[in-house]
Amino acid sequence: MNWTWFHRLASSPSFFRFAQRLAPWLGGFGLLLLAACWFGGLVLAPADYQQKDAFRIIYVHVPAAAVSLSLYVAMAVCGVITLVWRMKLAECVLVAIAPVGASFTALALVTGMLWGKPMWGAYWVWDARLTSELVLLFLYLGVVGLNGAFDDMRAAARACGLLAIVGAVNVPIVHFSVDWWNSLHQGATILKFGKPNISADMAWPLYCGLLGTYLWCGAAVLRRTQNELLLRERGTRWVRELGGELEGSGDVC
Amino acid sequence: MSAEFWNMGGYAVYVWGSFGAALIIYLWNVVAPRRRRRAILNRIAEAQGEE
Repeated sequence: MNWTWFHRLASSPSFFRFAQRLAPWLGGFGLLLLAACWFGGLVLAPADYQQKDAFRIIYVHVPAAAVSLSLYVAMAVCGVITLVWRMKLAECVLVAIAPVGASFTALALVTGMLWGKPMWGAYWVWDARLTSELVLLFLYLGVVGLNGAFDDMRAAARACGLLAIVGAVNVPIVHFSVDWWNSLHQGATILKFGKPNISADMAWPLYCGLLGTYLWCGAAVLRRTQNELLLRERGTRWVRELGGELEGSGDVC
Repeated sequence: MSAEFWNMGGYAVYVWGSFGAALIIYLWNVVAPRRRRRAILNRIAEAQGEE
């Protein structure tokens, strides 16, 4: 197999340009899908027979929770690549993912609390699912903090990689917590074997929301990766040339 | 939009609170990287000016 395309993409200026072209598409399609999700979820979907209109929180809670786990897995994979191959692009993606993941983990927790209060009667219970998701937030914040604590950006990324890998044991705990322990939290609705436990008119906005949120996060991670590349390579010629270009055009979107 | 829609069957605080929080997080993920890029580009431009 010919790997030249991979080496070319992994070089900083090529990846910067690749991200520059790809991010608006991810953001654009993400926005369309999210608009469909919110309209479908808030207006078109019927109220649930048990939870009434409160079930609509699912359209923000489930996508946020799904990306919070997926982004962590991606971050841990970047951690392995960073530690084993010392690949600069993986370092950038690793530290780019952490704030995005932290924000969606916080959103999953907040929307979960707002869902828990009317359904369970409490904003918070020290349940396995909720507690492990809170640990996930602390892991993300730990990576963000650790990255800021070093002067040497490459040493910082390696430390973050180690933390991300060690923390990855929490990912299956979050995912399977509802099966392993008695939990107030309901079991899987969609991400399980067999038929999903949701009717079609409630399901399609959720699928739109899931895909839209993944695309939205993809755009955010690409933008943050670009920032890391600019910062790490600020002394190089491609950044100096590009810096003038980007600043002159005023195009920073 | 009808009052019934905004009322969300009595769950307005929870439903709109959740969607409001989501709106903040989704927007923050666009605004924050953009502002940081601007700051980095300014820093690079300043460093070049000093040379």
